[in-house]
Amino acid sequence: MLEIKDLHARAGEAPILKGVSLRVNAGEVHAIMGPNGSGKSTLAGILAGRADYEVTQGEVLYEGKSLLDLSPEERAREGIFLAFQYPIEIPGVSNAYFLKTALNSIRRARGEKELDAMEFLSHAKEKMRFLEMDEALIQRPVNEGFSGGEKKRNEIFQMAMLDPKLAILDETDSGLDIDALRIVAGGVNTLRGGNRAIVVVTHYQRLLNYIVPDFVHVLAKGRIVASGDKKLALELEQRGYSWLEEKESARA
Amino acid sequence: MAEKDKTQTYLQDLERFRRARPHESESWVEPIRRRALSRFAELGLPSPREEDWRQTNLAPLRRLALRWSGPEEAAAPKRTEVRDLLFGGEAAAEIVFVAGHHAPELSSIGDLPEGAVVESLLDGVEKRKDLLVDHLGRYADFETRSFAAWNTAFLRDGAFVFVPEGLAIDKPIHLLYLSRGGSEPSVAHPRNLILVGKGASATVVETYASLDDGTFLTNAVTEIRVGEGASLRHIKLQEESIRAFHVGALQAHQERSSRFDSLSFAFGAGLARNDAGSVLDGEGAECVLDGLYLGRGDQLIDNHTVIQHARPHGSSRELYKGILTDRARGVFSGRIVVRPDAQKTDAKQTNQTLLLSANAAVHTKPQLEIYADDVKCTHGATVGRLDENAVFYLRSRGIEEAAARSLLTYAFAADLVGRVDWAPLRKRLEELLVARLPLGEEIRGAL
Ligand SMILES: Nc1ncnc2c1ncn2[C@@H]1O[C@H](COP(=O)(O)OP(=O)(O)OP(=O)(O)O)[C@@H](O)[C@H]1O
Ligand SMILES: [Mg+2]
Repeated sequence: MLEIKDLHARAGEAPILKGVSLRVNAGEVHAIMGPNGSGKSTLAGILAGRADYEVTQGEVLYEGKSLLDLSPEERAREGIFLAFQYPIEIPGVSNAYFLKTALNSIRRARGEKELDAMEFLSHAKEKMRFLEMDEALIQRPVNEGFSGGEKKRNEIFQMAMLDPKLAILDETDSGLDIDALRIVAGGVNTLRGGNRAIVVVTHYQRLLNYIVPDFVHVLAKGRIVASGDKKLALELEQRGYSWLEEKESARA
Repeated sequence: MAEKDKTQTYLQDLERFRRARPHESESWVEPIRRRALSRFAELGLPSPREEDWRQTNLAPLRRLALRWSGPEEAAAPKRTEVRDLLFGGEAAAEIVFVAGHHAPELSSIGDLPEGAVVESLLDGVEKRKDLLVDHLGRYADFETRSFAAWNTAFLRDGAFVFVPEGLAIDKPIHLLYLSRGGSEPSVAHPRNLILVGKGASATVVETYASLDDGTFLTNAVTEIRVGEGASLRHIKLQEESIRAFHVGALQAHQERSSRFDSLSFAFGAGLARNDAGSVLDGEGAECVLDGLYLGRGDQLIDNHTVIQHARPHGSSRELYKGILTDRARGVFSGRIVVRPDAQKTDAKQTNQTLLLSANAAVHTKPQLEIYADDVKCTHGATVGRLDENAVFYLRSRGIEEAAARSLLTYAFAADLVGRVDWAPLRKRLEELLVARLPLGEEIRGAL
């Protein structure tokens, strides 16, 4: 479904990604871990189409087609969803309107019938119930004044509404309390399997107890320095990242 | 033509008109007109050397030979032509003016409560001298302000609104001013007087619109007196043609514990200048001056406000927001004067501008003049662009870039638009915004 080949990217003059390769097949869940500043959000941002980065080398294929030429909205319509590490506040636009516009843009692009206000609302309420979200949040301006955990849950709510094929979750677990973590993980797990794929970026093994990954990768200094199964995450929990970084520099 | 000669030309139409109606020269307002006439003859149009006009060049206006014409030449449009602007069915009363002259066939008095008066100023002056005499020409300064002097020299018609003591009028009163460019550029001088008695309350909406896309000047003056404990909400929507010039002065005078709340939407005219001000001349008076202006193409939109705190315990809140694109220019000058008597004044002024293109620009100038020591006065101005992170956030959810930008632009203005709860006006504002935002139709539901 997604194939990243030798991706190099920089922001301004500073190189951030220095040759990332990763293959994600339909039905798989991949976890990406790694130290702060190693490039995880950069990678996620590039996949969603953030313009701050310049790809200097390599390519990204999504369902066999080049992804990097598509605008962010085209990617969303093709089924890519990024849950932001830092969701944006948009005063003056209600969560409901925002999401209905987004959903209908995507449905229109897919040749599906647009939802009217009633259909949208009943659909939204069902998803909110499942995520045990306060229904009042849907009438409030997007993320404005939301608590840290509410913002993260709102990202997952959007994901559930937009029903992506490839969901990339950038530290969606940080800021969630233990109950919320379980609920959010439950939301993610409903997307699992079939033709969908999920990439979770996290610092904590704990999330991976709920969303058990098929593969775990470690991104350090702009490169994937280790890949393995869920046991790798447990090992990282014990030993930290330094041993991997040392191994990598010894190799270089 | 020399400047002075031009001013004389402006006045000749008036002289001709007067000779045809000698009885109008016998009115009690004649001395006011005469005084203003001589002031205008001396002042002429403001020069760019004047501090208040430094940013707003009137050269394009000076080049025009503007004709003033009497009511018999002001043909009223058909109802159907201005259907979107007539809110009479939902108003307490609606008076329509064409080229500054009362158009009774388009006006309607809805369910105006007993005792309230909404009529043409011409009628008011003739029938209710007692009510008007202490107020007309007392608040808008025509001694030093050219446009007010010009308007006052032509003082004749406009709206007179009187809300007697203790009466609350729930539905808004709508005053609609229509102008057309026609074959030669014309000028209208609508003159309004709004008197709100002790403890009374009302909402007055002034709409200025065009009947074609031609050139004309609207030079409007509205004087307002808000009595003790009374409350007036004033909304002005200016959506005149891009070839029009609009100059408007709104001057309020507030008594003790009164509230004056002004909301201005300046969307139209190639050159628009609004002067809005209030004198808080009673203890504990409250004043709100808010405005939203939208400029595109080569529009110049200039807002000057002056809030005078003359008595203790007054408060004022001022929020002006501008959205400028293409080569449009905005000017905001906000003066707050706190006189020595006005202790415990609480004044706050904010000016925010959103620049949507590299060639748009704003000039903003707050001026605080504080002569009392125990006061709280703050002001702040921000000029910014759309938040690209927010644009990306919306796009990453599948929303097209132009729609994302429009949505965020609208969001910037949403708090001010949201303050209008009168359905027909709200609808009109929505239409104007949809028409002015790229892919506006896409984001209609957010409005
Ligand atoms: N737009 C940008 N301009 C300049 N530098 C950037 C930009 N975006 C990211 N960087 C830099 O690139 C590096 C990688 O940042 P990134 O956000 O991808 O890290 P991360 O792995 O997600 O870290 P964390 O775990 O703290 O979220 C950091 O050093 C960061 O400062
Ligand atoms: Mg990150």
